[in-house]
Amino acid sequence: MKTKVLWLSAIACNGNTHSFLNYPYMEQFLNDFEFIYHPVIDTDYTLEEIVSSVIACDILLIEGSIAEDFQRADTSIVKIIQTYSKIVKKIVTVGTCATFGGIFRESDYKNVSGLHFNQELPTNTFREIKDKTVSISGCPIHPEVLVNTLYAIKKDIRLELDKYLRPKEYFAYTIHNGCTRNEYFEYKVDNHKFGELEGCMFYDHGCQAPYTQGSCNKILWNEINSKTRAGLPCMGCTEPGFPRENLFSTKKNMGIPENLPVGVGKRVYLTLAGITKAFTIERLEKKLLND
Amino acid sequence: MTDKKQLKREQIMQSALELFALKGFYSTSVPDIASSLKMSVGNLYNYFKSKDILAKEIIKYISAYLGKKIREVNEQNISTEEKTRKIIEVYFKTAMLKPEMIDYFLRIYLSTREVFNEGCEGMICVNEFVTEIMIYFEEGVKCGDLRDQDFFSAFGLFMGYLGGMVFLKGEKILPKELDEYVDDIAFNIYKALSK
Repeated sequence: MKTKVLWLSAIACNGNTHSFLNYPYMEQFLNDFEFIYHPVIDTDYTLEEIVSSVIACDILLIEGSIAEDFQRADTSIVKIIQTYSKIVKKIVTVGTCATFGGIFRESDYKNVSGLHFNQELPTNTFREIKDKTVSISGCPIHPEVLVNTLYAIKKDIRLELDKYLRPKEYFAYTIHNGCTRNEYFEYKVDNHKFGELEGCMFYDHGCQAPYTQGSCNKILWNEINSKTRAGLPCMGCTEPGFPRENLFSTKKNMGIPENLPVGVGKRVYLTLAGITKAFTIERLEKKLLND
Repeated sequence: MTDKKQLKREQIMQSALELFALKGFYSTSVPDIASSLKMSVGNLYNYFKSKDILAKEIIKYISAYLGKKIREVNEQNISTEEKTRKIIEVYFKTAMLKPEMIDYFLRIYLSTREVFNEGCEGMICVNEFVTEIMIYFEEGVKCGDLRDQDFFSAFGLFMGYLGGMVFLKGEKILPKELDEYVDDIAFNIYKALSK
């Protein structure tokens, strides 16, 4: 039997929808799941029908930031969430906006936040359904992370969650894990030029991978690549504080990065940095491949 | 390493440090160091395999000593201005009570680079000291007291100034004791580094 899913779009740019449509095994997915409503996929019900009655549903997916005064089909998004959250087995916040508020916290709606968090801070409106919720943060979400989580829910697999309700399977790692530039990180070589293969982007170019949690370098995007592999810094899009300012430069105080790798103390970091900076690894100073 | 062996190592380093600072690195031999401690040359080699290794261990020992003192300042809940003053006090106090330490740093470590080229690359052997200075700067910038700038331009101003004063003292040029300059120097350094 197909699992019935409602994809509810709140204050959103539809970026997560676009990302989801890149899921490479969509045909298989649609054999196992059925959208009772999705903003861009043909469904049996219209949004008006969804809102005016209660349609049987197993999983509620919420995309976008949430505010009481934001409406869909003339109904507050908060009310729609409250109605459907009562009947579903699980609720999944799809993306950083639905999880933490994201970029639309800056919009004109009042008190914009994620479902259970306003950036790092817990919110109260939906506390009764917290036990039912799984967060998939990301701007946008990684389609495989979302789909694999939906399959886990379908098969009643117990998901171990972090403090933001994100599955540890995907969010216990940092984006740094699996980055192809690790050698440059280890030896503190950031002679990077955007788009090139060489150099670590943590030291000067704003890369947030060592303190951002997710699986981008473990489960590649479109099964091919990731931001850091392609030569663009990680922008920390799965984190509660996303988006920060100055995403292309590393905030430093007297030369010391303000944000250090997760769990690494300042003295430890500076000691290691002092040692590695004393050496020059010639191979890492040169181009890997000649143009 | 047993406590007794560690104590002996420190005694050797302390004696060598005094001799190096007094007579210079090249004019001090391993037998000189051994005889100052009334121990045999062979036994001294049980602790340090060569004079060069001893020289490197000494600079690490000094760095750890100063690093620990500055860490105590960094961990106090006081303003950057007060920290500035306390770090200067620590440095001058060390120069007054253990002049051989600062002397070694200025006259041996900085002037006999060929000995330290291998094993003390960059700032590895003075890491503990430099790390604490970095933390003092970083925290000063973070709380809005100090102006953000390149680490070395600030480090040079701070350490160059202090080193210069200790050097002048060592040359018997300074008319007053080092601690009598703390007020003015703390004022000058903080004024130069603050926003």
